[in-house]
Amino acid sequence: MAVAVDVRLPTVLRPEAGGQSTVTVKGSTIGDVLRELVSEFPGMSGQLLNEDGSLHRFVNVYVNDDDVRYLESLDTPVKEGDEVSLLPAVAGG
Amino acid sequence: MLRLPRDLHLQMVAHCISGLPDEACGLLAGDASGGTVARLYPTRNAAASARVYSVDSRDLLHADRDAERNNAQLIGVFHSHTHTDAYPSPTDVEQAPDPDWHYVVVSLRDTHPVVRSYRIAGGRIEEESLVVLGQPARADVAVTV
Repeated sequence: MAVAVDVRLPTVLRPEAGGQSTVTVKGSTIGDVLRELVSEFPGMSGQLLNEDGSLHRFVNVYVNDDDVRYLESLDTPVKEGDEVSLLPAVAGG
Repeated sequence: MLRLPRDLHLQMVAHCISGLPDEACGLLAGDASGGTVARLYPTRNAAASARVYSVDSRDLLHADRDAERNNAQLIGVFHSHTHTDAYPSPTDVEQAPDPDWHYVVVSLRDTHPVVRSYRIAGGRIEEESLVVLGQPARADVAVTV
């Protein structure tokens, strides 16, 4: 069942959401939440999901304290009261 | 310009040395407009590699939240180069997450660590001054560019 969850945005994505640091979107999985975000704020599209719908490798997505890559990725369920956080992955060589 | 208090500068270099033979990494927090580092977060290198680094995702989340609790925000990242110059690699440029960030590279190639700071935006690398606050005024230890 779709629930409303708060999504914390990193500073680089805030301009795409009118400067908001947290937005509320509905979904029952992380995939739903990200697709809903992209549909509401199209400027985020290429930064969250790949064209094939998979999770972009340069973004980290968390449900509360856990990285969804260590859970069920886009199929990770969200429930009422969960906080979703997005952060750009920090990596290099 | 990036300003780094001396104790944090030492902590950063020590974290890089303790990470050998792998690359080490960490995050810098402060006031975005001022360019002064107020907090430094040594993090794990999830890649555990001498050639690449990836800030452990949970360490990244914890640093971001801690910075926010202290009225600061993440303003940059540091990492070591174990066998090359203190200059961003093509991978560093490709994966630079934020054009407003400061990118500090600590080279451990030579006997003495070499620390330099850069801005990376739109694929372009620009070196910036790095000032160590509280550094003894001796020419042979100055790291200002």
